Formats: sequence, C-alpha cells, structure tokens
Amino acid sequence: MTEREKKSKIGVKELSPIDVYKLLPKINCKECGEENCMAFATKIVNREVQVDQCPPLLKKENEKAYNKLKEMLKPPVKEVVVGEGEKAVKLGGKLVMYRHEFTYSNPTAIAIDVTDEMPEEELLNCIKRTEQFSYEYIGYTLKMDMIAVRSTSGEPEKFKAAVKKVVENTDLPLILCTLNANVAEAGLMAAPKARPLLYAATVDNWKDMAELALMYNCPLVVSAPNDLSMLASLAKTLLAYGVQDLVLDPGTFINEGLADTLNNFTMLRRAACKAGEELAGFPLMGVPMVAWVDKGEAADEVVKWREAYLAAMLIVRYADVLVIHGADGWSLLPNVVLRQNIYTDPRKPVAVEPGLKEFGTPDENSPVMFTTNFALTYYTVASDIENSKNSAYLIVVDTEGSAVDSGVAGRKLTAEKVADAIKETGIEKKVKHRTIIIPGKASRISGEIEELSGWKVQVGPRDSSEIPKYIIDKWQP
Amino acid sequence: MAGKKKKDEDRGINFSPDLLDLLAKFQEIELEDFELEVKDLELWLQSGALPSQVMPQLKGIPALKGKPTELMTTQFVPPVETYPGKIVEVKLGATKGEGGTRGRSIVIGGETAPAFYTFERPVVHPPVVTLDVFDMELPLSKAVKMHVKDVIGDPAAWAKLAVEKFGADMVTIHLISIDPLLKDATPKDAVKTVEEVLQAVDVPLVIGGCGDPVKDAYVFAEIAETFAGERFLMSSLTQDMDVERCAKFVKKNGHVALSFTPMDLNLQRELNRRLYDFLGNEDIVMDLTTAALGYGLDYAFTNMERARLAGLMGDVELAHPMSSGTTNAWAAREAWLKMAPEWEPRELRGPLWEVTTALTLLLTGVDLFMMMHPAAVKTLKDVTANLVSGKKADASKYGDWVSIKP
Repeated sequence: MTEREKKSKIGVKELSPIDVYKLLPKINCKECGEENCMAFATKIVNREVQVDQCPPLLKKENEKAYNKLKEMLKPPVKEVVVGEGEKAVKLGGKLVMYRHEFTYSNPTAIAIDVTDEMPEEELLNCIKRTEQFSYEYIGYTLKMDMIAVRSTSGEPEKFKAAVKKVVENTDLPLILCTLNANVAEAGLMAAPKARPLLYAATVDNWKDMAELALMYNCPLVVSAPNDLSMLASLAKTLLAYGVQDLVLDPGTFINEGLADTLNNFTMLRRAACKAGEELAGFPLMGVPMVAWVDKGEAADEVVKWREAYLAAMLIVRYADVLVIHGADGWSLLPNVVLRQNIYTDPRKPVAVEPGLKEFGTPDENSPVMFTTNFALTYYTVASDIENSKNSAYLIVVDTEGSAVDSGVAGRKLTAEKVADAIKETGIEKKVKHRTIIIPGKASRISGEIEELSGWKVQVGPRDSSEIPKYIIDKWQP
Repeated sequence: MAGKKKKDEDRGINFSPDLLDLLAKFQEIELEDFELEVKDLELWLQSGALPSQVMPQLKGIPALKGKPTELMTTQFVPPVETYPGKIVEVKLGATKGEGGTRGRSIVIGGETAPAFYTFERPVVHPPVVTLDVFDMELPLSKAVKMHVKDVIGDPAAWAKLAVEKFGADMVTIHLISIDPLLKDATPKDAVKTVEEVLQAVDVPLVIGGCGDPVKDAYVFAEIAETFAGERFLMSSLTQDMDVERCAKFVKKNGHVALSFTPMDLNLQRELNRRLYDFLGNEDIVMDLTTAALGYGLDYAFTNMERARLAGLMGDVELAHPMSSGTTNAWAAREAWLKMAPEWEPRELRGPLWEVTTALTLLLTGVDLFMMMHPAAVKTLKDVTANLVSGKKADASKYGDWVSIKP
C-alpha cells in the first residue's frame, strides 16, 4: 500500500482538498460548474460532488489519476445494493466510524421475516403490513425496507413457491435465508432478476453459495458466528472466488452473548474505518430475531421487547441491515425513530427560520398561534396544525433554538420577543382580530404578552397534539 | 389484582413474572404532562461540510486466476488501541467509616476505553441507576403513577420502594417544592425531607433542585452543611448560579457537584474549569443534557460520545463520569400519547421509549442514569450486567434463527 492509499483508508476527516487537487487536471476549465479545480476539490472532499463530474478527468490520458482518486475516495465500508428498481436498498457505504466525524450514509435497513411454511393468507398479510408500515416524523416518512424469506421447511419446492409468492406481491428487496444451497437455489430461481441478498455462506457451504451468488449476480452474506477470523477467512476466499458484494454476519447474541455481539460489530467497524482492513470493509448484518430462539417460557411481548432493545443497540453499534420478527408498531416505532435520529447529519441546525407560517388558506378570522424556532418543536407543532385541516397562522419566535419550556425558563422566550414577533411578521395587517393562542407551557408569560403586545392571550394546550381539538372547542377571536 | 389479571388475558397478553408484571400495571393510563428539560440546544457547526453523497462504485473487479478450492485462512487482528486519558473516578455516598451513614458508597467512572469496548479493557465500574423520587405531588406520567401512587407525597416511602422493589442503586430526591413558583418551601423543609429519605434507605443520594439558580444555591448550601460527609451528588450546578459559592460549600462539606450544561462541550469545559478552582476533579460528575428519543437524542448521543472520546484522548476537562437525565425520554409524545391502534399498547411503547433512550446513551459511556419507569430500569440493569459478565456467546446454535418457528 502506498502512503496515499494508506491515507485514504484512515478516514474522510484526514482527507484534505489538496490531496484531491493534486490529482485533478488543474486547468480551471470550469466544465464542472465550479470556478476552479480547487473549489471542485473542496466539494469532492465534502462529498457534495462526484469525481465523474469533472469531464477532463474522464479522458484516457487521465485514467491513472481518475483511478487513484476513486481509490482515495472509496468508503472504507463498501456499499452493497440489494434489490432492483426504485425500492432497491443500499447497505453500508459508511465513510466513518463515529457519527460526529461525518454523516452516516445509508440508514440501517430493516427486514421483516416471513417463512415458506406460512399459510398463504398470513404471508400476504405480513407483506402487506410491512409495506404499509409508515410513520410521519418531522417531515420524514419512516418505513420498513425489506422482506426476509426464511426456509423453515428445508424443502426447495416449498421455498421456491414462497419466494415466488413474495416476489409477485411486493417489490421490496428480499433476503433469502437458508443454509442449504439446494434450497437457496430454488429460491433464487423464483426471483431471478430481483437481486436478493443471499443468506448465508458458512464454513460448510461457501463454495456452493459462492457459485449461486455469481450465477444470480446477487450479494452474499458471510456468516461465522462469534469467530471473526473465520469471517475474514470466508470473506477473503469469497473475494478470490469472484463474489464482490459481501455482507458480514458476525452473529447476534442476546443476554450473556451481548458483550461478544457488541465487541464483534465494533471491532469490525473499527478495523474497516480506522485500520483500513479490507476484509472488514463490508456492511454488517444484525439479527435481533435471535431473541425468538431463546424464547423459553417468555410471553411474546417480552420477546418483542428484548428483540426491540437488541435492535436499538445494533442500530447504534454499526449494523447496516437488521432482521426482525416482532413486527408490532409499539416495538418497531422506537427503532425507526432512533434510526432516523442516528442517521441525520450531525451538523443539522437545531433551529428553523423564525417568521410567519401559513397553514391552509388562512383569512382575516383565522387563528393565530406562536411557537419557538427549536426545529423539533416547530415540526411537531406544524404537523399537528396540518393534520387539523384548519387554516391558521403560526408565528415562529426566534428563541435561539430553545423549546417552549426551556425557553421560558432560560429567558430565551420572553414576552418582549413575542410582542416583537407580532409586530415584525405583519400579522396585524392579515387578521381583523387581536387574539393569540400561546403554548400551554408559556402560560407564565401570558400577562406580560398581553401588556406588551396589546393582544388578547388565550392559553392553549400544553401539548400541540391537542391543537385541533382546541381550535374547535375554544377558539374565539 | 385478580381483575388486572383478567384484563391481561382479555387483551391476549400473558404477562410473565419479572419484566412484564411491571408492565402489566400499565392499563388505562394517561400521561398528563411531562416537563422537557432540554435547555438551549446548540450544536457545533463544522464549516464547509454538507451531506455526503453516495459514493461511486469502483469499476471492474480484479482478474481471477482460478477459483479457490480451499478456504483461504487468515487471522482477524483485533484493532486494539490505547488511550492516554482516563475517566476520573468519583465516589458517591459515604459509609460510616467514610464519614457518612450509607450502607455502601458507589464509585463511577475510572474507564480507560470507550463504552463496553471489552475487547480492549474490561469495564471498570458498571453504570448505575438512580430512581426519581419527588417531594410533592406533580403532573406525573400516569404510567409511572400506577407504580408509585401509594407513596406520592411520602418521599421516604417512595425511596424505599425504589430501592427495595425496583432495584435502584441510588435515589434522587427532587426538591421541587422549593420552587418559588410552586410551594416555595424553605431550606428547613428541604432538610427535613432529605433527613427522612436518608433514614428510609441506605443507598447514596442525589439531591435534585427545582431549577431556580438562586433558590437552589440557597437550599443546597443548607443541605450540604447539615449532611456534611454524606457525599451527596448535588444536582445540579449550572452556569447561571453563583458557582464559586456553591463549589465552596460542596467541597467544604465533602459532597459531589453535578456540572450541568445545555448540550455544548465548550460550555461544559468552561463550567468545569470554573469548578476546578474550588473542587477536585474527583468531586465532579457532568451532565451534558439528555434529550428524548425523537426529540433531540441525536444531539445528546453525539455530544456524549464526543465528550467520552475526548476524555479518553486526554482532554481532562471532559474526563468526568457522565450522568444522564434519562427520564426526559417521557417528554416525547410517542412515549405517552394514545395513538392509532397499530402503535398500541402504549403501556409497552412508553417504557420501551425510555429503554431505547437509555441504551443509546449507555453506548456513549454514560455512568449514571437518572430514570423513571421500573421496567426500563430493570432492562438497563439486565443489559449492563450481561455486558460486564465476562461470559461468552454460545455460537453453536446461532444458525437456528433461520429455521425456527416462533
């Protein structure tokens, strides 16, 4: 490995625009749309543009530099695509180990399992539920990503039929789960163009699974439970075999195996991101559904609870894809929200623009409310007003990103600021009335607001989910 | 209780002992209200960086010289690192021999590797849990109220319940009645409450204020002096308090300061530096602010992870044990709100919300969890015990998940 290549493995943080600039044509042709090559290099380092957007670099004479750049910018964790078409999911592609270093790419994909012995109706219901899972959260729609089809029968024909049924009924990407290559092949035959993720190559079956992965051009999971040397050996062998798109499964263990589980995921990710270990540089698969193997006498709810917290820990500790069996809303919701949180850009501002927002088609009699410019407060309130289908005005007061209660306590949300916002937004020209609904948690400053603004104050609900009801019951301009 | 059981069956849930009998109580509950204690959320901004894009794939694969027929063995070398820094050890509570009255004291911190990197170093002091006890009635989650309804208004009995039934390592007595906007109770009243709790349980205590910087300092001073030598964790000392005065009475009477800042590592360093003039490093625990899952947990997570890594890399100003107000998880409406049927029952969703918040922060290195729901406490303690057990995974049956029929 050259020094430069080593550097490229150290992590995106250490990569400087100069490193990239040196390999660019340096002719400042502006064909990429940037002022000069240095500006382009800076954007490359920030992952705002791609190398291919430099036309001169694509010419034959620059091939060497192009390849070097590609190598330099390659993420330490390979990106593996599963599925075809719009719903295909990208696994891995991670640039960093720690979230504060750079935004995590490709949120952990969540697969819900079905089996080849499920009655057809149950199978279809399960697919439908998985597809319909949807939760609106501050402007994002949180969804499930994949279906894992497990062969519990161990019979090729049954598996084939089940996979066929699944493919006919969903375009979600699939994970085909069986350790038997004959069964796997039957499944692949039923999904020849779906590019499913094949689970799994083990020390016992790797040759057959490798052949299948090559034949069907599908990514392959490598499984070596709690044995990272075996995992690396299998990965090395499969790469040499020609299977390039691998996913690593170091095993997921609950209870007493929890420490090994976290250690394995952490070591693999660190080896990939910090030590440049190529055999560790693949997406990681976690299987919270192992909670069901040790179910014992526990009630289903208890197992779902265990599975859910195991999934949460794996989302935090580097899993790129998870297989989950307990598909209840209460147990999945915390994890899809957690995943969204962990995968947001860590530099995302915590405040939104202050000012006047309109909902629906407000007129001179519409209600006027205010909230703070803390992003999460704002999005929550905005979505509640939207859901109410009422037309309304919402004044977003600049509280420097404080929530209502902490803003009042920390004097970031004061009557002066509210009065100023009423003036500055020009709301007095838009409505005939002079009544403002204030957040319940700002009731302490209601008197002062009336005094300073001259508006009448109605103290609203303490939680914005009650806004729709409040407007119907209490709003009197 | 028989009626309860009947109900569970009607709903098709067979609650098992331990975890679920705690959850079983959560029928027909409503959360009235919860205070979010997230203060000014702030975030460092890195200049010039924007969201990443999908990386282009490398074209072509290396040419093959025939497929391997045997496994190509290689060794995975654990990527072990060493860290120049060490998280300071802080002792909470004091036994008779140590100048207090507690049955035992608890040491937190001391870590020499990131959280649960047990492939590098074993955990030095496992995280501990302190349960919330309030000194007066307040708008509480009814989910929690179900468990404590008999002891509300009786902090001593509440503390006993927390320790004996819910397995709390410590108890936080929240002196909210001293709030000038509530009861404006006197320091004398507060001392009496603390005395009662101290008599009722023998675990170390956290003394929680009302959030008013002036009143808290006034009350803390009285408590610190009256109970000199107990090594209470005073929760909390903030920038807007008379830091010098507070730090002095904490030190003089042998207590510990919880240095609290609103999600900003620089502010945390600054406050810690001010405290160093009067307190030893071993007298300071820090609280970087906990936001709920879905309501800013991402900021809390990254702040704490950065702080812990910085401490291990030698930044002594951040090398303090971390405390998390995990109870804030209940500020998320998804923790308590009655939602559409597909998201129910919230009796399970709510405590799971607290568990998810706690475990996320557990993995950043939090040493002390201030928690609320008994089932969440139990799960956190179970997980922690497993992580430090030193036991190995049983890999022999791993593949079974593929073919099990749950």
